[in-house]
Amino acid sequence: MSVNQSTTTGATADGVEPAWKRVADEQMRRGAFSRTLPVWGAAVVILMIMPLVFPSAVAVTIMNQMGISIVFALSYNMLLGQGGMLSFGHAVYFGLGGFLSVHVMNSVEYDGWWLPLPLLPLVGGLFGLAFAIPIGGFSTRRAGTVFAMISLGVGELVAACSIIFVAFFGGEEGVSGDRTMGPPVFGFEFLSEVEVYYLTAGVVLVAALFMYLFSRTPAGRMANAVRDNEERAEFVGYSQRYVRFVSFCASGFFAGMAGGLFAINYEILTEENLNLVTSGWVLLMAFIGGVGFFVGPIVGAIVLTLLQTVLSNHTELWQLYVGILFVLTVMYAPRGLTGLVAMHGPALRSGRLGPLVAAYGVALVPLVAFLAGAILLLEMGNVANQSVVGESEAHVFGLSLDVSTAPPWLVAAVLAVGGAYALARLAPRLRDAFGRATGAAGGAP
Amino acid sequence: MTELVIFSLLNGLVTGLLLFMLSSGLTLIFSMMGVLNFAHASFYMLGAYFAYTISTYVGFWPGLVIAPLLVGVAGALVERYGLRHVHRHGHVAELIFTFGLAFLIEEIVQFFWGKATKDYSAPEILQFPLFTLYGQNFPAYKAFMILISVGIFIGLFTVLSRSRVGLIIQAAITHPHTVSNLGHNVPLVFMGVFGVGSALAGLAGVIAGPALGTFPGMAFVLGSIVFVVIVVGGLGSLAGAFVASLLIGWLQTFAIALDWSVNDLLALLGVSFDADHALRDLWTLSLPQVAPILPYILLILILIFRPTGLMGKRET
Amino acid sequence: MSAALQMQGVRKNFGPTEIIRGIDLEIRSGERHAIIGPNGAGKSTLFHLVSGKYSKTAGRILLNGEDVTGLEPYQINRKGLSRSFQITNIFPRLSVFENVRCGLLWAMEYRNSFWRLVDTERELNERAAQILDEIGLLDRCDLPAGVLAYAEQRALEIGITIAGGAEVIMLDEPTAGMSHSETEGVVALIRRVTEGRTLVMVEHDMGVVFDLADRISVLVYGEIIATGTPEEVRASRAVQEAYLGAVDSAGQEVN
Repeated sequence: MSVNQSTTTGATADGVEPAWKRVADEQMRRGAFSRTLPVWGAAVVILMIMPLVFPSAVAVTIMNQMGISIVFALSYNMLLGQGGMLSFGHAVYFGLGGFLSVHVMNSVEYDGWWLPLPLLPLVGGLFGLAFAIPIGGFSTRRAGTVFAMISLGVGELVAACSIIFVAFFGGEEGVSGDRTMGPPVFGFEFLSEVEVYYLTAGVVLVAALFMYLFSRTPAGRMANAVRDNEERAEFVGYSQRYVRFVSFCASGFFAGMAGGLFAINYEILTEENLNLVTSGWVLLMAFIGGVGFFVGPIVGAIVLTLLQTVLSNHTELWQLYVGILFVLTVMYAPRGLTGLVAMHGPALRSGRLGPLVAAYGVALVPLVAFLAGAILLLEMGNVANQSVVGESEAHVFGLSLDVSTAPPWLVAAVLAVGGAYALARLAPRLRDAFGRATGAAGGAP
Repeated sequence: MTELVIFSLLNGLVTGLLLFMLSSGLTLIFSMMGVLNFAHASFYMLGAYFAYTISTYVGFWPGLVIAPLLVGVAGALVERYGLRHVHRHGHVAELIFTFGLAFLIEEIVQFFWGKATKDYSAPEILQFPLFTLYGQNFPAYKAFMILISVGIFIGLFTVLSRSRVGLIIQAAITHPHTVSNLGHNVPLVFMGVFGVGSALAGLAGVIAGPALGTFPGMAFVLGSIVFVVIVVGGLGSLAGAFVASLLIGWLQTFAIALDWSVNDLLALLGVSFDADHALRDLWTLSLPQVAPILPYILLILILIFRPTGLMGKRET
Repeated sequence: MSAALQMQGVRKNFGPTEIIRGIDLEIRSGERHAIIGPNGAGKSTLFHLVSGKYSKTAGRILLNGEDVTGLEPYQINRKGLSRSFQITNIFPRLSVFENVRCGLLWAMEYRNSFWRLVDTERELNERAAQILDEIGLLDRCDLPAGVLAYAEQRALEIGITIAGGAEVIMLDEPTAGMSHSETEGVVALIRRVTEGRTLVMVEHDMGVVFDLADRISVLVYGEIIATGTPEEVRASRAVQEAYLGAVDSAGQEVN
């Protein structure tokens, strides 16, 4: 067990700290939780004041949904980003946690169970865990494609079961409950959306905190190691299967917690909440946000929830836009939106961000033109394809365009093609500017 | 009972052969490229929609040829400009890409053709009952589907066992890493295989569209089942894909046809139950009800107890 | 002297091909034992068998007198055997520091705990830093392991292998592909870090072998044809024949 003391560097002359000691201190200092406290503090403040900044009922509802999505997406990333397990069935734990939470809610209402509402997400989490343990028991044997296939099979199986077992899943209507029937907590009965918001915000914070801490534990670090090289992990004493199993269970727990939050917010769960669509949606959130970063799924959850709630009010093509965004992310920005921001870190640290921003500014004009043109074409195309005879008005960007006439098409095409052409011309210069801003900084610490 | 068995056998054969048209392409692609193409069923859907649009102009028959070709070209383009780009990030990234592609294709289909089911039907010449047995008709179109599927199966088999290309593909299936050593233009081979696999899926869509309906969810309905087929058959095994296709085809049709329930079973044992019991769903469970989940149960059992699949050699 | 590692009639077939054809070998506790032999003799296969990567076709393997036949790699590692790989096998996306720390976790009994934070464990981090110092990668500790130079990755490979403090260390061609000066450094490193432990190594560089090894075994076509001190092996006729006419003698043996 003993490791020899340093013999090469870091002479242990009196009073001089050996180099290894300095490195160990530095590693511990940088990994210390206290260093992240400002971020958590800022998160608390932001969560506190959000309803004051956006007080409308719609905004609060959207923020609640974001909170649920954040917990769900973070739990998903424990699998994909940290453990290297691509799951197509993560909604199973979210949905089952949610369904059971609603049933517990109903038992509180009708059977006289005593459970304060803020504890319900914990109950959902425990149910998620209860399902993750047996399913993880056989599905974590391998990572990669086999894991993905099993998760898909389990996902489809549970989704199909939810249609068959009407007593538990409530068939087409789902199962609904009433969150206000529990014992009041400090006088709150969770009648208003804002009260639910603060409950949700609290759970989001606690869940995110624990998921972050998990990533810094031996189990969490080994999850990364197994993701990187499962064979090597076996030869330093770890069973890859068990390492994955631990992450899987933790992930199932937090997914169930998100399901519990969902139950509180919507007071209803349906088959949709545990099918492949929801499983795919959480993959989209995590991946678009960036699976390589802890905050990635948070970013993804916020962005996609906004698209889902706000964009869907303006266009029926919103899912097409999300699909395009996803495919482009996979192809050109596999580290997600967070990765796009993070890759400017070196430039920022070396103080060379200025010229790069200027270069981006120049590219902004053709980019906006291209996007506007492309969106116009898609929206007008949609009207031309779908609408009933006689109706030919497309409403985009507050404009009403007659798609049966040529001018709008011409303008849109010119914008799109011109913008694309200018972008293509600018691309080498952008790449050059980026290289100069970051490349020279490569040597800097 | 005989009637039921005969019709279930025939209907299962139709479904099974259709599944094989999809799973053979998917197996080819997986064997050679290591890519599990989540969007495979989306190409099947594209085949149906292309054929529908073609049929509105020039009728069913030209679509039977043109639509699969178009889908094949689309597949090749996807491989060339999409998948190849993602390849360097590994198989998981490829799987995520094809998942996104499946999502995107469904949206694109809705963009061009709308959400409603399209009136894409069998040509009139095939709209008659081929034979009537015990008062039940067997449509000629289903026989036509069987004919096309078997034709493709024979064609594929011939190409694989007789031609030079087939030999290369066979070598690549059993020894995936050796193709590049043979001095072949690997990117081109990949593009070709992906295109041909997509075209096969497209053809399946062309002939399935009139029978199973042409709607934006049709890829979703079949997509997961095709995955089940190739995993159950054994990843990378064409023979396994064939066996598993038929197995699942029959499993589903017989499960739907045989109206047995747990209740019947209990009645046989002389047990009756309370209709209001909380577990009543369990007791009234019937075979047609559980039909949709049978393939997935099979999948999970196979993955646990025989990870190489029925006839596969590789455990990926 | 007690045996750290015993192989008794170990065989391995791949299909009809017999790669390891009955090996009986005893590695003494505390010795440095080199396994040499021509390419394709089965040296790496033997390593994979002992460390649990491959399952044996026949035979028994004992680690400190305990039967480890058929155990999983991680179980064998927990019983005190650690190995490196011929092809560099590290955690490419983790930092160099974390690579070594992961090598320490199990041995320091952190297991899969999720109630302790790795960053607050002083002893763990100091050990990792000491090992990095030992292998000369202290100033590289924050880089992702995947971007290290080849020789540095090889050193890290050794660092991960010895981190857990296993009693039996198996190194598979630790100097493969290295320049002369790099090799010297690695030899000194191996000598240092295996002090007081048992070392089994596969090595092609005869200079390294005769410099480091207390005893040498010669593996030719799946069989040990000689075991002994460097002097004995150097003098062995069988070894000379095997090395000079490996194909011929093997051909005769097979037929």
